[in-house]
Amino acid sequence: MKRAPSFMDLKDLIAVGLLAIILIVVFPALLDGFRLNLVAKYLTYAFVAVGLVLCWGLGGILSLGQGVFFALGGYGMAMYLKLEASSVENTKIQSTPGIPDFMDWNQITELPYFWQPFHSLPLTILLIILIPALFGFVIGSAMFKRRVSGVYFAIITQALAAIATILIIGQQGYTGGVNGITDLRTLHGWDIRTDSAKFILYFVNAILLLCIVGFAMYVRDSKLGRILVAMRDKEDRVRFSGYSVANFQIFVFCLAGVFAAIGGAMFTLNVGFMSPSLVGIVPSIEMVIFTAVGGRLSILGAVYGTLAVNFAKTSLSESFPELWLLGLGGLFIAVVLVFPNGLAGIWRDYVQPHIDRALKLNSKDPTDPAANVAKQAAAASPAE
Amino acid sequence: MTTIGTPPKEYLLAVEGLTVSFDGFKAVNDLSFYVDENEIRVIIGPNGAGKTTVLDLICGKTKSSAGSIRFREKELTKMSESQIVLAGVGRKFQTPSIYDDLTVFENLEISYPRGRSVLGALTFKRDAAVRERVAEVAEAIFLKDRLHDNAAFLSHGQKQWLEIGMLLIQDPELLMLDEPVAGMSVSERIKTAELLNTIIKNRSVLVIEHDMKFVEDIAHKVTVLHQGKILSEGSMEKVKNDPKVVEVYLGH
Repeated sequence: MKRAPSFMDLKDLIAVGLLAIILIVVFPALLDGFRLNLVAKYLTYAFVAVGLVLCWGLGGILSLGQGVFFALGGYGMAMYLKLEASSVENTKIQSTPGIPDFMDWNQITELPYFWQPFHSLPLTILLIILIPALFGFVIGSAMFKRRVSGVYFAIITQALAAIATILIIGQQGYTGGVNGITDLRTLHGWDIRTDSAKFILYFVNAILLLCIVGFAMYVRDSKLGRILVAMRDKEDRVRFSGYSVANFQIFVFCLAGVFAAIGGAMFTLNVGFMSPSLVGIVPSIEMVIFTAVGGRLSILGAVYGTLAVNFAKTSLSESFPELWLLGLGGLFIAVVLVFPNGLAGIWRDYVQPHIDRALKLNSKDPTDPAANVAKQAAAASPAE
Repeated sequence: MTTIGTPPKEYLLAVEGLTVSFDGFKAVNDLSFYVDENEIRVIIGPNGAGKTTVLDLICGKTKSSAGSIRFREKELTKMSESQIVLAGVGRKFQTPSIYDDLTVFENLEISYPRGRSVLGALTFKRDAAVRERVAEVAEAIFLKDRLHDNAAFLSHGQKQWLEIGMLLIQDPELLMLDEPVAGMSVSERIKTAELLNTIIKNRSVLVIEHDMKFVEDIAHKVTVLHQGKILSEGSMEKVKNDPKVVEVYLGH
C-alpha cells in the first residue's frame, strides 16, 4: 500500500468526515442519554488508542503503562472538580471544612501543597498537558537514551502502571485511595451531573477526539511519521543517517502520553469520577487490545476498535459478567493470529476492494476484468 | 610517536593507536592509519581480521577501548553516532540496511540532510529541491522507475544500490562501504563499480571488499588487516607481492 505523502488527502478526509458524522450525528440521534454517556466513556479510551497507534504501531514502542498517563490527566481534572465541590459551606460538617472529604476522613487537616495549583482551571488544564509530557520525557530519556527497547520497555512500563496503582491506593489521604475521587459536581460553577451537561460534554469530547485524530494524522503524514516507521524497521540505519533515535522515541512516547492524559481528563468529566481501577496493568493492557483490534497502524481503526471492544464488553458483561475477561483474552489471541492488522486490515483487504470496484463500475471501463467481475457480483447481489 | 602542535600533513582521517577488546579479545589492536582527502582506501584481510569492527569504531557503533580517531580535527571517539554523521561520515552496512515499509522515494528522502531534529522532521516540506535531488540520485542508482515502490520489493542488488543512494544524498566527506558488491550478480557488480566510480568524486572512501578484481579497479591504496593489526599497506601492486599477505590472505 502506498501512503499519500500529503496530509489529509481525499480518502482521509472522507474517512474522518464519516467518523465525524457517526460521532456527532448518528450516535446522538440513535442513543438515549445513558447509552450516549457510555459512548462518551469509550471515546475517552480512544484518545489512548490513537496515541498508541503512533507510539506502538508506527514507532514500534509498545507501552503497557498508558493507564498511568490516563490517570495523570484524569486525576488532574478530578482534583480540580473535587476542590470546587469541597467549598467551605459544602463541607462545614467536616472537622476541617474546605478540604476534600476523604482527606478529612484520613485526619488530614491541611490541603497538601501539590493540590494547591488545582484551584485554578487554566492551571489545571495546563498541568493536564504538562505533567504527562514531563513524566513521559523523564521516563523516555531514562530508557531510550540507554537504548532500552522492545519487550524490556514494555515490561518496565507495565511495572510503572503497577507502581502507580499501589501509590494511589496506599496514599489514600492524598488520592482518595481505592475509591478514587468521587462526588464531583461542578466545572467552574457549571453542574456536570445534569443530563444536558452530559449531552454537551459528549460533543466536547467527540470534537476533541476528532482534533486529536487530525493531529495524529498530521504527525503520521509528516516526515516524522516516516522516520517512526523507519526506526521500527532499522533503528541503526536511522541513527547512521544522522538522526538521534532516542529523541524521536521520547517525542512519540510523550505525545501518546499527552493524548492519553487528555482522554483521562475527559473521562473524569464525562463519567464523574476517577479511580485506580483505570490506572493499573489490566486497563493499560486493555487499551493496547483496543488498538490491536482496530489495527495498530490505523488511526481511525483505533477509534473503531475501541468502540467495538467496549460495546462488546458492555453487552457481554451485562449478560455474562464472568465471561468477559475470557472473551477479551480470546479476542487478543484472535487478533494476533488471524487478523494482525485488526479491523482496519479487514476493511482494507475485504471491504475496500469491493468499494473500489463498485466505484470503477460507475466510471466506464469495460476492459478492466476486475470491474466485470464486480459487475457480475453486483448483478447477483440484491443489495446493489 | 606523538607530535604536539600542527602535524606536518593534514589528513582527513587519522586513526591512531586504536584498540578495542571484547572480553579480553582484542579485535582491533593498536591500529594506526591515515586517509587523505579524495583517497580511496580499501581494507582487505581474512575473516575475523577486524575490518568491520574498524568501520564500527569510526562511525560510533562500537566504542573504542583506547586510541583516537580524528576526522577534520574532531575526535570521533567522544561523539554520538548522529553527531558523527553530521560531522560528515557516512556508512553503508554489509547487509543492505534500508526501510522495507517505505518507498524508494521515502528511503532517500529520510537521508536528505535537512530536518533531522524532531521539530525539523515535523515541519519538513517536500519541496522542489528535495524532489529534484531524490530524482537525481534515483537516476544514478538505476532506480528511477521504482521511486514509488516499497523498498521491500527490490532485489538484493537494488537494495544495495538504494543504500548507496541514501549515502549519496547524505553527501558525506568520508564514505565507508562494507562489502558493497557482495552477493551481486556479475552485471550488477559492473554497474556498481561504475556507480561507485561516479560517487567517489570529491570525497574520501573507505571500502571493505573481498573481490580482488573489484579492489584492483578502485583502490588508490590498500590496507591489509590481520588479527586486528596492519599486516601490510600500500599500493595494490606492493601489497599483492608482499609474501606475508600472500601467506595469510591471498594464497599461493
